[in-house]
Amino acid sequence: MFQEWQDKFVNNFITDDRWKYIADGLVTTLQVTFFAVIIGIVLGFLVAVVRSTYDKTGKLGILNALCKLYLTVIRGTPVVVQLLIIYFVIFGSARDISKVAVAVMAFGFNSGAYVAEIFRSGIMSVDSGQFEAGRSLGFNYVQTMRYIIMPQAFKNVLPALCNEFIVLLKETSVSGYIALQDLTKGGDIIRSRTYDAMMPLLAVAVIYLTMVIIFTKLVNILERRLRSSDH
Amino acid sequence: MTTDYGDTLIKVQDLHKVFGELKALNGISEEIRKGEVVVIVGPSGSGKSTFLRSLNLLEEPSGGQIFFEGEDITDKKVDINKHRQKMGMVFQHFNLFPHKTILQNITLAPVKLLKKSREEAEKRAMELLALVGLEEKADAYPAQLSGGQKQRIAIVRSLAMDPEVMLFDEPTSALDPEMVGEVLELMKKLARDGMTMVVVTHEMGFAKEVATRVIFVDEGQIKEQAGPEEFFGNPKDERLKEFLSKIL
Repeated sequence: MFQEWQDKFVNNFITDDRWKYIADGLVTTLQVTFFAVIIGIVLGFLVAVVRSTYDKTGKLGILNALCKLYLTVIRGTPVVVQLLIIYFVIFGSARDISKVAVAVMAFGFNSGAYVAEIFRSGIMSVDSGQFEAGRSLGFNYVQTMRYIIMPQAFKNVLPALCNEFIVLLKETSVSGYIALQDLTKGGDIIRSRTYDAMMPLLAVAVIYLTMVIIFTKLVNILERRLRSSDH
Repeated sequence: MTTDYGDTLIKVQDLHKVFGELKALNGISEEIRKGEVVVIVGPSGSGKSTFLRSLNLLEEPSGGQIFFEGEDITDKKVDINKHRQKMGMVFQHFNLFPHKTILQNITLAPVKLLKKSREEAEKRAMELLALVGLEEKADAYPAQLSGGQKQRIAIVRSLAMDPEVMLFDEPTSALDPEMVGEVLELMKKLARDGMTMVVVTHEMGFAKEVATRVIFVDEGQIKEQAGPEEFFGNPKDERLKEFLSKIL
């Protein structure tokens, strides 16, 4: 029994350095997640600012309509489809484009829509009296947002934001659809070489789980910190 | 009272404000002179808060003009932010910035808007905190303060901008009864020091004691105004008589 497991382990991970599919895949997954998160935050922040400026002042109507269209389309279609469209349609003729770059774009663009709504709810959750207090002191709209509303909104949404990144990390596992060798694809390649599904796929699952557990712990610590400064 | 007051600070001409169907302000014309303490009273929904909030354009008027220091601030070309710096406002719910310490609450606007140095702004803030007896709270956060303390800090935060006029929007209405006194005391001190004040309040004792003029607003209009003795002793408007009989 033990011998059999050991053989399987050696065959799946040691022979031909197959562990490298997992390791390289993990690096790719983390790369895609990291850069997609950055795009998601920047994009989400901008969209949220446009949307809440429109809600508060009625200005930026055209931009707001564009943002709404973006949110509707992105949130109304599966991320796999978005990934495929970006790779095969938008960059269909550019065959030499980096798959990592495509994945970063697709997941960043996708995440931005969810981050935008998280940020917006954060901005709208700050009491309107805060806004009035800022304006009555003589701050203009942008200054009031920057010094008074945003710091409070950001604090309110930090936990939700972190959760969005955990979701994103797991979502990148569909990158294999454009033949990008991420963590999931790496495990799947081993499966196709060794005809053993259990061990490589379990290994992949354990790695995702470990990362998610670590991030969740970090989020919990962060949440507790934030609450303690509320007294 | 025959005290002479200074120049006109705020002049309101035929001010209207409409919220959808509701006519909140229905043609108000009024002047506020330097050094006056004007108390505005009236039943709820009368438009008195809307009137006050229009003075610094927190409510944008639907019609009419407001002149502050001679300049028409309802003119779209005017930089309202510059004028608001000189019009302090105190809210019913304090609206202190919860993510900032008391000292930061007070120094934020002077540093960012008046371009004061941090040291200068903090020195002034500490003087003002000493004035209200809350120096030891400089590094506390708003959540650690009582309601009365919060409102005194909110007043200090406005004073730190060295305003020409202070607008008070029901400053004691959200306070526990035992904390009303400390806020009113501070406001009386400001009035004695010559601050121009416009106060919407239900505190008739305050009105009697420190107001130079009391205005009765009802249905979006000024129905009566007089010095406090005349106003409370000999009201003429029927609605005002009814109003006073209910609250006194």
